[in-house]
Amino acid sequence: MFQVLDENGEVVNKEYEPDLSDDNLKELMRRMVYTRVLDQRSIALNRQGRLGFYAPTAGQEASQLGSHYALEQEDFLLPAYRDVPQLIWHGLPLYQAFLFSRGHFHGNQFPEDVHGLSPQIIIGAQYTQTAGVALGLKKRGKKAVAVTYTGDGGTSQGDFYEGVNFAGAYNAPALFFVQNNQFAISVPVEKQTNAKTLAQKAVAAGVEGYQVDGMDVLAVYAVTKKARESAINGEGPALIETLTYRYGPHTMAGDDPTRYRTDDLDNEWEKRDPLIRFRKYLEAKNLWSEEDENKVIEEAKEEIKAAIKKADNHPKQKVTDLIDIMHEELPVNLQEQMEEYREKESK
Amino acid sequence: MAQKTMIQAITDAMQHELKNDDNVLVFGEDVGQNGGVFRATEGLQDEFGEERVFDTPLAESGIGGLALGLALQGFRPVPEIQFIGFIYEAMDALNGQIARMRYRSGDTKSAPITVRTPFGGGVHTPELHADSLEGMIAQQPGFRVVVPSTPYDAKGLLISSIRNNDPVFFMEHMKLYRSFRDEVPDEAYTVELDKADIKREGKDVTLIGYGAMVHTALKAADELEQENIDAEVIDLRTLSPIDTETIVESVKKTNRVVVIQEAQRQAGIAANVVSEIQERAILHLEAPIMRVTAPDTVYPFSQAEEVWLPNHKDVINKVNEVINF
Ligand SMILES: Cc1ncc(C[n+]2csc(CCOP(=O)(O)OP(=O)(O)O)c2C)c(N)n1
Repeated sequence: MFQVLDENGEVVNKEYEPDLSDDNLKELMRRMVYTRVLDQRSIALNRQGRLGFYAPTAGQEASQLGSHYALEQEDFLLPAYRDVPQLIWHGLPLYQAFLFSRGHFHGNQFPEDVHGLSPQIIIGAQYTQTAGVALGLKKRGKKAVAVTYTGDGGTSQGDFYEGVNFAGAYNAPALFFVQNNQFAISVPVEKQTNAKTLAQKAVAAGVEGYQVDGMDVLAVYAVTKKARESAINGEGPALIETLTYRYGPHTMAGDDPTRYRTDDLDNEWEKRDPLIRFRKYLEAKNLWSEEDENKVIEEAKEEIKAAIKKADNHPKQKVTDLIDIMHEELPVNLQEQMEEYREKESK
Repeated sequence: MAQKTMIQAITDAMQHELKNDDNVLVFGEDVGQNGGVFRATEGLQDEFGEERVFDTPLAESGIGGLALGLALQGFRPVPEIQFIGFIYEAMDALNGQIARMRYRSGDTKSAPITVRTPFGGGVHTPELHADSLEGMIAQQPGFRVVVPSTPYDAKGLLISSIRNNDPVFFMEHMKLYRSFRDEVPDEAYTVELDKADIKREGKDVTLIGYGAMVHTALKAADELEQENIDAEVIDLRTLSPIDTETIVESVKKTNRVVVIQEAQRQAGIAANVVSEIQERAILHLEAPIMRVTAPDTVYPFSQAEEVWLPNHKDVINKVNEVINF
């Protein structure tokens, strides 16, 4: 397992400590703190019935944001349902992320310079698509990568193998992340596969595989940066396993982690918290204080409040909207149904 | 006898069959310790052990293939597909392989598999969790498609399905899982497959539905009674094959039909019901057969569900159209 910082925020791998400016380091911390607040607020909003579908992210900040921070604006993101933070830092406005959660299609209408797709619900589908986007980027001669995420469970899907293998076969610039947060809903990774690591699944496809401490934001950043460079230099895709943990339930739709996880295990992983670790590292460099942290928390809360208000004020999605976006031109069946549902909606 | 929800009735059925036949195996994603995401398999692993009730890795195609392989070794697999939208991942295993096992072995081997999966909308699930994909499966010869609408039927139909020597696709409407209780006998009993059920007798119009739409039809029938229209409500229960005998008998009596499905208009079952009726009973019809369905869009995740899903008022409107034709 590749690591830069240990649990106390001490550098254990000096030569891999990334060359990031003080501002960059602070920005990384800011994003992690902000995302933790966003997660807490999203959970609360969900409980109040003000959000729809939501998959908690606390615990995975280093994995999600460390990897994303090594990317460029032109890179194409193919996230899974838990990877909303990467999309937000890629430029998806927060209120649209909330609309996505509520099942409103405006949440899927990305601004033009935000290259990516709405979070994938079907596990594995994003992996094969990533091979396609990566091959497309290569054919277009772009210096960009296609980046996707799945969980430990997702590595069991046929699509996972197909995606990695295709990208390898075409030498396409793809980065495949496996966020190994130890459980696929209730199934622990030991029951998911007999493989010792998930990174080793790269071997069969003949591509680079890395296993990284997913609670160590600098390690995830460093590995991603390196893999991205190799990929755009034509050296092929990479499969990156980040060892991490989700503190919350699988989603907010009734999952109860106490059915399959112990307090001991939770506590053990909470000790490795990416925020605590990185905070210690920054504090030792005199780059972070309680004041800085509180500022980010306040700012996050304000922005979330404004975004939810904006989402509330967005026109509600109607069935006639759905009919309208099924095709470029309305086929006859939908023309008829448009009339019918206009009437139904007017009542 | 006890009052049970549909989900409890389904657990009951699996428990009886696990007890009744050592060859019955229950597996799927999260069905073990977690008892399934809807708790349909709650307690079964504790009672029967990990050899009989187990979690699979996360791969529906794998689950389908595993079921077929186990069936070839004489087991009676009862795999769960966690939500209907994931069935696409398993389509080759299901329609391309399991449904063809008798053919591929010249009738020397069978695939006594009961694939259980929740489906249906109105419960605010994310994308691809609530679709009604029964039409797609029902188009595949070789599969039976079974959809209960009450806890009593759910238990009896599931036991019949597990005991059947051919593959059954058993679909459980999510909205019905916990919405009401029903008298469900404690012992094992069966409800015959391929038989529709008349859930309400009437003489003016026949409403044909399945799953949650049976309740929509019943609600419509109650309101129609106030308009002095006496509706008969038929619950198909098995969607492939369709029980045309029960339907034709009813049409002979009422001469008017409305078919109701939660699926999109172009998505299957209702169209087939209409065709069967017009081929078999056209001279008994006093009006065209009408359909109440969802529109031909993707299932709207969450926001527009309420308007998108057919409701009892839509049914009443259509009934008035056929009555006043
Ligand atoms: C094809 C498919 N099968 C099943 C599911 C249901 N499901 C959603 S998430 C999940 C577990 C995923 O676990 P993992 O890949 O480890 O990712 P995590 O949720 O832990 O981030 C399951 C079984 C799905 N969404 N898609």
